[in-house]
Amino acid sequence: MRSLLLCLMLAAAPALAEPTLEQHVTRLSEQLRCLVCQNQTIADSHAQLAVELKNQVREQLAAGASDQEVLDYMVQRYGDFVLYRPPVKPSTWLLWFGPLAMLLAGLGLLFVKVRQRQAQGDALDPAGETHAA
Amino acid sequence: MRRFLFPLGLFFSLVCLLGAGLRLNPQEIPSPLIGKPAPAFALAQLALPDKTFGPQDMQGQVWLLNVWASWCTACRQEHPLLLELAGRNQVSIVGMDYMDARADGAKWLEKHGNPYRLSILDSDGKVGIDYGVYGVPETFVIDKRGVIRLKLAGPVTAEIIEKKLLPLIKELNRA
Repeated sequence: MRSLLLCLMLAAAPALAEPTLEQHVTRLSEQLRCLVCQNQTIADSHAQLAVELKNQVREQLAAGASDQEVLDYMVQRYGDFVLYRPPVKPSTWLLWFGPLAMLLAGLGLLFVKVRQRQAQGDALDPAGETHAA
Repeated sequence: MRRFLFPLGLFFSLVCLLGAGLRLNPQEIPSPLIGKPAPAFALAQLALPDKTFGPQDMQGQVWLLNVWASWCTACRQEHPLLLELAGRNQVSIVGMDYMDARADGAKWLEKHGNPYRLSILDSDGKVGIDYGVYGVPETFVIDKRGVIRLKLAGPVTAEIIEKKLLPLIKELNRA
């Protein structure tokens, strides 16, 4: 089993070392949202628009554009919506940090409640004092 | 009782937030092109293949760029409204036949009527991509200086024409 895996890895190695244009296109396409079928990337989608956008990505990469230049080109036309991974900026702070803020608020609330209950318990139950001490 | 008030309030505000999210239309993608000059192009006209047209030809006029295609069913739906709008002579409508064959587009206009001052053919959809077109029909309102002022995705309705398009066209014509 292990030798088989090794063989596979060796076979894949040249491809990894030298990514072809097509792999590059696919990798970049996986970061772009298909605007027709919105839960898919243009790499996954067979919608005509997705095919056209992939052609654009291919043409631009072939012409020597960087990844960022291709992404910028798409954002200029379709807005941030075209990016599968939304950029971090003031209008998306809630999206990026909202869940974490909610978690922290929840933990904080829990902490306060537990402390309150402990304090109450200590006051009601004199035996608690011996535990605390 | 009071101890439930806070979680209950939290719960309801979450319900309201999610409810508002459900009401948003995810098909409506805000266009980054609003307030920017209409991307330049020179495409062959549908009826006159050896003549080109570009946004610069409409300089000084308020006009609509309506993206349509013979294969698009929603375009059939909005077509009578465009014919009626064209009949009012308040604004020029230019059609962009998107990812279509010349013969199909021409036949479609012959069959259903032609509301357009002229149509251009974007057979491979390249100019469509420059305009951020992701479905047909789409309609752009472009002002006298060639700046895109509004984009409507999906078929226009009588209500949109009365409440949104015509007031905006009037305002832009005054400017």
